[in-house]
Amino acid sequence: MTEPGFLDIISFGRDGWGPVLAAGAWMTILIAIAGFAIGGVIGIFGAWAKISGGPVVRGSAEAFTTVLRGIPDLLVIYLFYFGGSAVVTAVGQFFGQEGFVSFPGFLAGALAVGITSGAQQTEVYRGAFRAVHPGELEAATACGMGRLLKFRRITAPLTLRHALPGLGNVWQVVLKESALVSVTGVVELLRQAQIGAGSTSRPFDFFFIAAMIYLAISTVSGLVLQVTERRFSRGVRRG
Amino acid sequence: MDIQFALETFWSLLSALPLTLKLAATSIALGSVLALGLALARLSGNLALDLFARAYVFLFRGTPLLVQIFLIYYGLSQFPAVRHSIFWPLLREPYWCAVLALMLNTAAYASEIIRGGLLSVPHGQVEAARACGMGRFMIFRRIVMPQALRQALPGYGNEMISMVKATSLASIITLMEITGVAAKIISESYRVIEVFVVAGVIYLAINFALTRLVAFAEHRLNPQLRPPLPISAELKGEAH
Repeated sequence: MTEPGFLDIISFGRDGWGPVLAAGAWMTILIAIAGFAIGGVIGIFGAWAKISGGPVVRGSAEAFTTVLRGIPDLLVIYLFYFGGSAVVTAVGQFFGQEGFVSFPGFLAGALAVGITSGAQQTEVYRGAFRAVHPGELEAATACGMGRLLKFRRITAPLTLRHALPGLGNVWQVVLKESALVSVTGVVELLRQAQIGAGSTSRPFDFFFIAAMIYLAISTVSGLVLQVTERRFSRGVRRG
Repeated sequence: MDIQFALETFWSLLSALPLTLKLAATSIALGSVLALGLALARLSGNLALDLFARAYVFLFRGTPLLVQIFLIYYGLSQFPAVRHSIFWPLLREPYWCAVLALMLNTAAYASEIIRGGLLSVPHGQVEAARACGMGRFMIFRRIVMPQALRQALPGYGNEMISMVKATSLASIITLMEITGVAAKIISESYRVIEVFVVAGVIYLAINFALTRLVAFAEHRLNPQLRPPLPISAELKGEAH
């Protein structure tokens, strides 16, 4: 086999690396979406705990965000990957399975990215709730709305509007963090580029293309976020 | 949790602490110089410099740090010109590749923080300094820089913390800093929780110390926000 040129690497032809790189990019997007969604659930509960929890609940939410923002994400990924494998192996041995069972890297990665982004999203939602004018919430109560109705009709939409810019930032962080999941062996974009770099002698080309694909994903999602933000703040008067 | 094992882990992780600190300090120090240059390029009014700085920030903030590390560590060796250049003895070393990648990356983020700080200085102050006859460099040194520093410091503190966290990626290119040693211990002993807790405590301690340090610097740089010192000497004057 001859050495591929730069164009062969990105081509979708017979010897091209295009299809596998595209599949890797798709995997990256999936990990990022899964992580972001898990983080969203954690973030909503975390913000709720910080805003209206008792001292114990609030304290543990505070500890959670402080710890998660102070330790490297890579460490969290190792925790879930190796920790998950240990748990799965123990369960396997309990049912008579011999040897080491490894935890699916996708799940470990999505959980790890989800938990770190959950800490960030907690702060985003909390700040956004702070920005909601208390008068609007009081008005809803005065209209006789129940707690759930008030949350669904008033609190959630207003908070979400204020949260959008912050959530956009978290999404960009999550997208870049998903590259770390490559250490668990999940064949996402960076891992695929590593494979390509290892089987040819053109590491720069592969990592450069990977970088450009990351850049393209983040630019496109940045534009989408901008449009969404504009759409959801139509009712806001600009000073 | 096995205390004996946790203690052993603590000592082996502590021996990796200097490398983590060295990586963070070197890349933050070198990165801040580059960041200042980029921020000044953005504000220079020179279109070419401005565009270069914009493109730089866009590229380095839009791609994952790990990709940048790989591009430098694995990627550059693709070019014979690099392998035969005088920089090769440095670029061959994972340490210097990690420092280079971290420094280039932090410069992109920090330049925006510094730019915000520089823009926050009211223009009237610069005009007043000019009216006093100060030259451009002196205005920058005496008027703009001290105030920009005050504004930028909280944001810069956050960036330094993310740099400390980012040094963990150096373990992927074989450097045995704290995360590298932690991963090695985990894969040898399969005791995840203990190692994770110990490593986490060390990182939290570093970042806590860093936050206190930044808070102290902020306190020193903002004398105008502090309550006035009590006047210790007895006030002498006519009695009422």
